[in-house]
Amino acid sequence: MTSLLAILFDGAIYASWLFLVAAGLTIIYGVMRVLNMAHGSFYAIGAYSAASLVGWYFSGNVGNPYLSYLLLIGCAVVAGSLIGVIIERGLLRFLQGKDEILMVIVTYALLLILEDVTKLVWGVDPYFAYQPYRLLGQTAVGVGLRFATYDLALIVVTAAIGLAAWFALNRTNRGRLLRAVIHDREIAVAMGVNVNVLFTVTFAIGAVLGALAGALTAPAISVTPGIGVEVIVLAFAVVVVGGLGSIGGAAIGAVLVGLTRSVAVHMAPEMELFVIYGVMFLVLAIRPQGLFGPVLARRI
Amino acid sequence: MNITNRLKSTEVTVSALAALLAAGAFLMPAWLSFLLTLALAKALVVLGVVLQMRAGLVSFGQALFYCIGGYGVGLGAQSLGIADAFALLALGTAAAVLLALICGFLLTRYREIFFAMLTLALSMILYGVLVKSSALGSTDGFNVAPPSFLGWVPEGDARKQAVYLLTVVIAAAAVIGFNRYLKSGLGRVMEAIRENEIRVDYLGLSPRRLLFANYVFAAAISALGGGLTAIASGHIDPDMAFWATSGEFVFIAILGGTGHVAAPFIGAIVFSVIRTFAIQEAPHTWQMALGLVLIALILFLPKGLWSLVSRKHTKAGNTPAAKEATA
Repeated sequence: MTSLLAILFDGAIYASWLFLVAAGLTIIYGVMRVLNMAHGSFYAIGAYSAASLVGWYFSGNVGNPYLSYLLLIGCAVVAGSLIGVIIERGLLRFLQGKDEILMVIVTYALLLILEDVTKLVWGVDPYFAYQPYRLLGQTAVGVGLRFATYDLALIVVTAAIGLAAWFALNRTNRGRLLRAVIHDREIAVAMGVNVNVLFTVTFAIGAVLGALAGALTAPAISVTPGIGVEVIVLAFAVVVVGGLGSIGGAAIGAVLVGLTRSVAVHMAPEMELFVIYGVMFLVLAIRPQGLFGPVLARRI
Repeated sequence: MNITNRLKSTEVTVSALAALLAAGAFLMPAWLSFLLTLALAKALVVLGVVLQMRAGLVSFGQALFYCIGGYGVGLGAQSLGIADAFALLALGTAAAVLLALICGFLLTRYREIFFAMLTLALSMILYGVLVKSSALGSTDGFNVAPPSFLGWVPEGDARKQAVYLLTVVIAAAAVIGFNRYLKSGLGRVMEAIRENEIRVDYLGLSPRRLLFANYVFAAAISALGGGLTAIASGHIDPDMAFWATSGEFVFIAILGGTGHVAAPFIGAIVFSVIRTFAIQEAPHTWQMALGLVLIALILFLPKGLWSLVSRKHTKAGNTPAAKEATA
């Protein structure tokens, strides 16, 4: 019973983390048809800027430690939107309408560039920002089972972000415009939607979500070079499982992958990585458009 | 010039170049021949990527077969006690072909981004298995014992020269063989599939079956490259299957271009030389340089370095045949 509870909670924590990482990726793909490999770098940049800022905040003798949570979110929003706008306006704008597969390669190049930019800015030594993680202590769940409260709070925060994204897409006018573009870009343009502005905003939001995922994870890990490269294929797995471009799909994908991994970690630890990509492979093999992706027609 | 003559002239050029490279084994410094060995082995892997790119499919998981080829050699030497280099390479290649025969059934149903993602998933599955299998050294991998060559066991410098010569010969044979393949009906129909698959379907050909054959060829040549890398470097580890390794192969494929079977070899040699110096001179910015080059290539030289070669070719002999050769 306890182990079942442990599996469920571990799975939920991991799933919420996965969703956080994958949400930005799927939004960008849905609107722009760009499968953004550089998303891993947004994650890394968010983690680095959060870790260095929080480290600086706690190194001085400052008042309220709870303000550090605001710092985490704030720096992710600033860093993410800045880099998102620069990349969209500076590069992707000139490559609109190219093959999807070519855009994967372009963003792969971006990933290579940004990896070294983070190394240049932050060096190669690890950064730690454990204070916000320790601050909340632990919570007992059931008998003899304790989780870091920060991790549990992450589930709530992720759920809030997911709901906010759903609300923004489905219940606001701007969201409806976005969905129109996702559904059929050409018709949306013909109807007078300013796609260029929409693209920039979408890419910035996606980048902010990526950076936010990094910033919220930073207190729980040691931030070292290479975290972005590890994260990006995981995010791919989640997004592909759910169906590229669908937020609900990404949520289901995250839960599926998160729970499977958690079961593997508890039952057969050597299968941990295998099952994640195994799930991705199985879903692609059975439903190539993902669990929630629309079926595409053959075009001559 | 008709097709047979063109084939012949390419083959003579390739043989001459290979002979030149082979003769260089006794003249060039050890570091250079080692660099060339690894570059040529890598080019064989990239050739597998290029074969599929010509059919419009980008494999983001060619490292799967690279790794299978390498581990085939390593495990053959360690567990089966095979010492002969040729037998080891054959073992790794056969393992890859077997795997490709199974995966090909599924993969040939997918195109574009789904093909890329599925190949990526497959190589990451292998990576996940290798990282967690402590019997194979987990993330550290293990060393490959120096092989013998048909009973001959060279020592010291002779061993490196033998590996180098073997690589040059295999690379030359691969260029000649795959040049014939690309100029054959099967090779040409790959381009037709890239341009319009459904019309190929209407012509009475089965794109799936053709792509299947192409996929298996690509797997075999990539595994051969992986096996040679394992023999040359004497070490294998799970990073051979990591997606970033596949990314590097795609990079080299774009760098060289897909216009000719020799293009990946040019790409791989240029890449290896640049990387060797870049890592020495600027260890923290060489990836950035790679990224910038990749974007510049996509924007300004979408057909790769080979288009520089073939463009010159057209200017020199401005005949219809020469034009056709570059197309």
